[in-house]
Amino acid sequence: PADMAVTSDHIRDRLIQELGAVHVVVEDTSPNRCAASFKVLVVSPQFEGKPLLQRHRMVNTCLAEELKEIHAFEQKTLTPEQWEKQKS
Amino acid sequence: LCAASDLQKDLGEMVKKDKVVVFMKGTPAQPMCGFSNAVVQILRMHGVDNYAAYNVLDDQDLRQGVKVFSNWPTVPQVYFNGEFVGGCDILLQMHQNGDLVDELKKLGIRS
Repeated sequence: PADMAVTSDHIRDRLIQELGAVHVVVEDTSPNRCAASFKVLVVSPQFEGKPLLQRHRMVNTCLAEELKEIHAFEQKTLTPEQWEKQKS
Repeated sequence: LCAASDLQKDLGEMVKKDKVVVFMKGTPAQPMCGFSNAVVQILRMHGVDNYAAYNVLDDQDLRQGVKVFSNWPTVPQVYFNGEFVGGCDILLQMHQNGDLVDELKKLGIRS
């Protein structure tokens, strides 16, 4: 629906449900911009063995409805292994 | 409907005409959005100056058409050798992990 308000919690829930994400950070960057904007970090085992473009397509597909309402969207997609490496 | 399918055919030719093709908001000289600007800056950093840039703000049909063509919901969009590479995030990550240098090398561009 056109009046659907996309929230950080909603985006996180979708990514956990649909992509089996084990770690998600959603940053609402709307205050810096003129409309709904988000930056997400998604860590999911489903990304394993998949090239970057395909991972981003998976996120885009998962959030297809939401993206219609979102003005700007940034994403980073990591496997649990890559996430561990990045943390250390 | 006919115009829309013509545009999809045109897009197929546009992305193949030049080695590097970017659909963006604004122009390389004057990007109108931070994400488009990021793509321009990354390409510049790698010495890619000669590329085809199409301003989607000039043409509403183009703006919608590229999203359908690439099955990608946002602009900017980058193509190498007729292949969709991704948007700003992907180009940035390729820049950071070194993949961009390799991809440009395949196009005969030394960064």
